[in-house]
Amino acid sequence: MNRRDLLTCHLAADKSRPAASLGPGYYSNGVFTTHHNKQVRFYDDLIKGKISIINFMYASCEKFCPRSIACLTKLQDLLGDHLGRDMFMYSFSLKPGEDTPAKLAAYAKSNGARPGWTFLTGSEYDLTTIRFKLFRLDDPLVDFSVAIHASMLRIINDNNSQWSSWVLPDPPRLIREAISWVEPTKPFKVRVQENAELQAQIDKESAITSPKWAQYKRAHGWPEIAEKRDNPEGRKKLQALLRVRA
Amino acid sequence: MLTTEQEKSKKKKGTQSPNGSGWSRRSVLKAGAAAGALTLITSKKSLALPTIPPQPTDCTPKPTNSPATRPFIQALPIPPIAIPTILNPAPTLSADTAGGEAARANHQDWTQFFPYVQYDVSLQPMMQQFHPDIPSTYCWGYNGIYPGPTFLNVYGVPIVVRFFNNLPVNNIGFGTNTHTTHLHNGHTASESDGFAGDFWSPGLFKDHHYPNVYAGFNAVPPIGDQLEAQHTYWYHDHRHDFTAANNYRGLNGMYLIYDDIDTGFEFNGQGSQALQLPGPYGLYDIPLNFTDKLFCADGQMYAASPDAVPAGDKFCVNGAIQPYFNVTTRKYRFRFLNSGPARIWTFNLSDNNGNPVPMTVVTTDGNLLPSPVEVISTASDPTLQGLTVYVSQRYDVIIDFTNATPGTSWYLTNVAAQFVSNAPEPDPAPGINMGNVVMAFNVTGTPPYPDQSQVKSVLTTLPNITTPLANLFATRMWNFNDDIVGLEGDPENGTGKVFNINGLTFDANRADAQIQQGSSETWLIRNRFPGTGWTHPVHIHLEEGRVLDRRNVNANPTTGALISINSEGVPPLEQGRRDVYPITPGDEVLIFLQFRDWFGKYMIHCHNLGHEDGLMLTRWDVTTGPSSTVTSPTYSDGTTNTGNGQANSGAQPNITPAITLLSQLPASDETAKVNRPGLKNSKKGVKA
Repeated sequence: MNRRDLLTCHLAADKSRPAASLGPGYYSNGVFTTHHNKQVRFYDDLIKGKISIINFMYASCEKFCPRSIACLTKLQDLLGDHLGRDMFMYSFSLKPGEDTPAKLAAYAKSNGARPGWTFLTGSEYDLTTIRFKLFRLDDPLVDFSVAIHASMLRIINDNNSQWSSWVLPDPPRLIREAISWVEPTKPFKVRVQENAELQAQIDKESAITSPKWAQYKRAHGWPEIAEKRDNPEGRKKLQALLRVRA
Repeated sequence: MLTTEQEKSKKKKGTQSPNGSGWSRRSVLKAGAAAGALTLITSKKSLALPTIPPQPTDCTPKPTNSPATRPFIQALPIPPIAIPTILNPAPTLSADTAGGEAARANHQDWTQFFPYVQYDVSLQPMMQQFHPDIPSTYCWGYNGIYPGPTFLNVYGVPIVVRFFNNLPVNNIGFGTNTHTTHLHNGHTASESDGFAGDFWSPGLFKDHHYPNVYAGFNAVPPIGDQLEAQHTYWYHDHRHDFTAANNYRGLNGMYLIYDDIDTGFEFNGQGSQALQLPGPYGLYDIPLNFTDKLFCADGQMYAASPDAVPAGDKFCVNGAIQPYFNVTTRKYRFRFLNSGPARIWTFNLSDNNGNPVPMTVVTTDGNLLPSPVEVISTASDPTLQGLTVYVSQRYDVIIDFTNATPGTSWYLTNVAAQFVSNAPEPDPAPGINMGNVVMAFNVTGTPPYPDQSQVKSVLTTLPNITTPLANLFATRMWNFNDDIVGLEGDPENGTGKVFNINGLTFDANRADAQIQQGSSETWLIRNRFPGTGWTHPVHIHLEEGRVLDRRNVNANPTTGALISINSEGVPPLEQGRRDVYPITPGDEVLIFLQFRDWFGKYMIHCHNLGHEDGLMLTRWDVTTGPSSTVTSPTYSDGTTNTGNGQANSGAQPNITPAITLLSQLPASDETAKVNRPGLKNSKKGVKA
């Protein structure tokens, strides 16, 4: 029994959870219902030992949520076989009153959710609790707003308690990258290999930009540019052009 | 808990770094081709690395109060000066990836400003005692100290700093072990700027080239226009999404550059134009790095909530809680820095009777003001409430203790609404709440030598911007939005992103503006409806700007429709050059910027570290031209911004076209525009 267990009254310490985990004392352990109509506990069944990707939605949300969900649908492909193995996506309902498991199941199906992506609903109390645990900004206007949470994505690795976040709907590529930040630091050899790959990419770009830069500096020293811009005719033309655009 | 890698490193003695980062200095040396006599010296040094402390278990739940600490029982720590070294392997133009350097583009102007002065800095875990009443706590520091070592520089002497990432590979929870350092607001090339997306992992290092030149060196060889001098900088972690946590853990420090005007000494030995401000560093020129931290009952710094950095209830100066600083009856130069993460400080200075004492501001964000500005708080005048320092802002303040009574104390207080927890009674002086006192100045006696320092009435001349203003390319608009009110009222509207700039969030590979090198622009930075009421201290990398106008925008809170725009003029502390522009809700600021000397990627972002980690950053590039005329609505992978579903029609209510008209500025009389605070044209051509 460690200090944290004592503080959180979690006396029967669960030895199966990772040593670095914040545990149910932090995350809470409320019961939610999946779109397969299965009862699950928040920490024990959803967070423990996994990388979780969590967002909020509601099925009747017409404009905003579909864009977020479409982005997550694409994200599934980038996760590959990690999804359902060590990475799990959870979409929690913001309107538990109207989102029944059946409705969520239909929603999951229409959005092409693969195994590993679960839609959940539960009691208002439990949902608000996890919303506060995962997305708290210590600003009442944000924290009590239900709708703002439709744009937030929380990424948690319970094994090392590393968190990261992103906003929806951004390109799935960026979200995949944010997920990689909570993964354990790769072995040194891999880091060196990745660094070499990145350098190769930079070199490729530099091969295009650097000669241009050098040429530009040779051709247009800063005083010469100023001189060109001093041309009143040119300036008038530019102003007129911009005026038309606006 | 050991990672397999660490276990391996235990087996292979000597070749792996002590903290398991995988690549020690020694193995770097082995990998590098240049293994000579120096190897022996440096590898000895690597053995002398301090023991890496283990990460403690976090305390839960989050404490509501830090433990009680007695004020003014520890002296203000002064960060030590960074000591140059000879780097091995030697720094190179191209990244020495084989030797362990992180990937980067070639250094620009490397031979022109070749850095003979070299520094080796290791980022590593460390223990820091913030107060004698609580035990040491686990932190991260540059060279294992917090605040990091202070770099003392001279203009015209280029340096290179090797940042070796020795952060633990098995970091748990708070912060991240990948890292990048930004020199704020160094006039540095892009590859040494610490761009938020260019972070590197443990075991690798990166050489940042700081040429220590003034802006405009292409026009004014060899080292630029001295009127562009900036003297007080700070360096800090800039790894996006984790900047707040990594800074809270301790990754920041000061960087000063002197020249023949601001010499760092108060003697006028050269008979020149020296300002003779109080100095030298550590004696009469003192950095004050302000931050707030929260401590657990056992004295550990609270760093458990994995993503949110707590608002601290302990005021720390240079890593000490409520310290004292012994002064003699003479002038001192204090370099105020708000290192975040989010608190806005408003400082007052009081004498032992609780009466306000003036503070004389000589630089703003490290740039000399044309004339000193005296700041004193008076309860009768609400516009004068002391010196407000937003996150990342710097003020060099001269405090004159000449008339102070030896044996008494003066108090620096923060008049903002938050208080130090567990403040003991009684209060130090009438009218001063102990919970507000940041630090005390104990007046010990007369100085051993006469005070030769001066505060001259004219400190500098501002660079003439009339010509570049007349040749302005355009006005670019940056909307710092927090689209929450819109969502609250109608969840279907707005971008839905809590923190965004022009409706977009950070993508390291997407530049929202291409700006031709050598051109100049005015930027209109806005914090408009809908919004939550957050202030955004906006920071722009590369060059300092000049505030041309501040305006209060009166708009309909529901629809955002414009009612009126009222110019507020330029406040005294913004009449010089700045690199952080706080924008209060409903305000906008018009600034003038130039883009000289280097190419590549830079950023504009909110410097509230929490907002920054909420992706309120945007990349812009200095290119060979032509400058872009719209802010890109497209992400780097071709995805369009679907912020509010109207991006493609270009009619988004919250995204104003990046370029508005030059007609927003007065068409003629450019000189008047610069000299007259408060442009009178604000009604013209401005759209809601």
